[in-house]
Amino acid sequence: MYVAVKGGETAIANAHRLLADKRRGDRTLPSITIDQIIEQLGLSVDRVMAEASLYDRSLAALALKQARGDMIEAIFLLRAYRTTLPRFGTSLPVETGAMRVERRVSATYKDLPGGQLLGPTFDYTHRLLDPSLLEDESVDEPMMREDGGEYVMRVSDILDGEGLIEPDGEMPQDHIAGDITREPMEFPMPRDLRLQALARGDEGFLLALGYSTQRGYGRTHPFVGEIRMGQVEIEFDVPELGFCVSLGEIRVTECQMVNQFKGSAKAPPQFTRGYGLVFGQSERKAMSMSLVDRALRTQEFGEDVVAPAQDEEFVISHCDNVQATGFVEHLKLPHYVDFQAELDLVRRMRAKHEAARQEQNDIKEAAE
Amino acid sequence: MSDLATYNFAYLDEQTKRMIRRAILKAIAIPGYQVPFASREMPMPYGWGTGGVQVTASIIGPEDVLKVIDQGADDTTNAVSIRAFFQKVAEVAVTTHTGEASIIQTRHRIPEETLREGQVLVYQVPIPEPLRFLEPRETETRKMHALEEYGLMHVKLYEDIAKHGRIATTYAYPVKVHGRYVMDPSPTPKFDNPKMHMSEALQLFGAGREKRIYAVPPFTEVVSLDFEDHPFEIQTFDKPCALCGAEHVYLDEVVLDDKGGRMFVCSDTDHCETRQAEGHFGAMLATSKEAAE
Repeated sequence: MYVAVKGGETAIANAHRLLADKRRGDRTLPSITIDQIIEQLGLSVDRVMAEASLYDRSLAALALKQARGDMIEAIFLLRAYRTTLPRFGTSLPVETGAMRVERRVSATYKDLPGGQLLGPTFDYTHRLLDPSLLEDESVDEPMMREDGGEYVMRVSDILDGEGLIEPDGEMPQDHIAGDITREPMEFPMPRDLRLQALARGDEGFLLALGYSTQRGYGRTHPFVGEIRMGQVEIEFDVPELGFCVSLGEIRVTECQMVNQFKGSAKAPPQFTRGYGLVFGQSERKAMSMSLVDRALRTQEFGEDVVAPAQDEEFVISHCDNVQATGFVEHLKLPHYVDFQAELDLVRRMRAKHEAARQEQNDIKEAAE
Repeated sequence: MSDLATYNFAYLDEQTKRMIRRAILKAIAIPGYQVPFASREMPMPYGWGTGGVQVTASIIGPEDVLKVIDQGADDTTNAVSIRAFFQKVAEVAVTTHTGEASIIQTRHRIPEETLREGQVLVYQVPIPEPLRFLEPRETETRKMHALEEYGLMHVKLYEDIAKHGRIATTYAYPVKVHGRYVMDPSPTPKFDNPKMHMSEALQLFGAGREKRIYAVPPFTEVVSLDFEDHPFEIQTFDKPCALCGAEHVYLDEVVLDDKGGRMFVCSDTDHCETRQAEGHFGAMLATSKEAAE
């Protein structure tokens, strides 16, 4: 009569076998290759790299393939690999001013040194489904300008020249950047750690929070000072050599948000900054991040924390989608021991309630 | 990329294990205190035992014998998965017998068989902070622990009594450890709380997502919070286990049909099977045996 829930091991193995089958899908179709994912689903690859905090296009593509296109699952796979990698040092701060710019737009100046460069963007496309993509039709070669390789000055530097914007945060010379993946988090958090957490935070969550600040929940009056996307060089200081070596280039998206001023009796009014930097091409994420970064600086500017986006513990504790998905989905694990305890309590309380009601009725009847 | 997946013994690298062992030592030195540690991303999801797995991975050696239970059972899917993980990455011996295990990783139960000296019980903890549902902010709760300010917890328990006539916490029932820290025993039913008191075994608690480790050293006082006029009580069951006839054990309710049929069986599967092997049997086992004959 009673069949214990046995055979968990076989069930798991069979479930995984079925999963592998579903992942592969129709065997008469060719299997998608890692190169195809890298080349044709590049923005998915970028998001996986960004939120997994590991810049490796091949591994991110592999994770996407293994995860059947599920972003958070792919991010999780890549993070679980990243965590096992040894650390042999910290790169020098990336100089985004020296970026080989592929896209650069400013919403605060019509024209500016270095110009506006649209680059590969969905902006201004009409969102009409393109039937030509049903077939493998040939695509025109792009028009490319000669790479001048010149330094494209930052918009924030233009404002800074006049003292109109707060200085870029200074760190002490001996400051070693923290690492949220190697040290336990503590609140309140310095801004470098907070930015790290936001950089790997869930794009959707940060987007919603950034959006909420625009709708009045912690308004920051933002302007896009500048968004730039392109290749930056990663340099590594080798103590044995006494000079730094280049490890190669990575693509990043940077957003500098210019926000309404602060000032005091001592300091004249100045614009304030919100900053976003993300692996790969992801403007939505970089912009959301810079909105949330500025919102989280509320206390620094002596403003009141009144909205969720300004609440550091709330934002940082909940922006990690791998943590969030794990904990939400753990609810499907068996909880029958605890549920039994609750069942027992509810039954006892109901019995007591029923007894009390019965007693009342008896008294009433006796009185009648 | 073929040499990609080479992992250290028990998955974590030795530096990480050292870091976790330091946190464990600190936790043992301050019973019930939640030690922050740099929790790693594990190859299983947060909320599925990553804290317990990291603690086990840091203390396990090739000679250890591991038992993994979930809801008291060795054969629930997540217990199977975690046991298989350690067999794969550490090649350790595993067992389902409580008495044979040197390390027992658990979710939501403490085995019925009394643990002895030398054994380690590793708990998987979802929310390590007993004050979390009274105060959501970590900055505040840490302060409350530091000042030993536990009035809020007593108020909560009092409000339970005022509202429901009894303390309505049935699992994750708060305890005070060594007369100092109020601690969350993880979501074990309060039935198991008395087993923690003066246990011969070392009890370690790992919360991966929340990045905390805490401990109850052997022979440590663990007192469930209560009031003089509402003393702490554990759950009792009307009937013994339907399979092994055990009394004074925690039982799971099994729905038998759609006509209200129920049976109650040991949640601790090893305990139940051992008793059956010793010739004990309960009401349902007797009928099913007869039916088979």
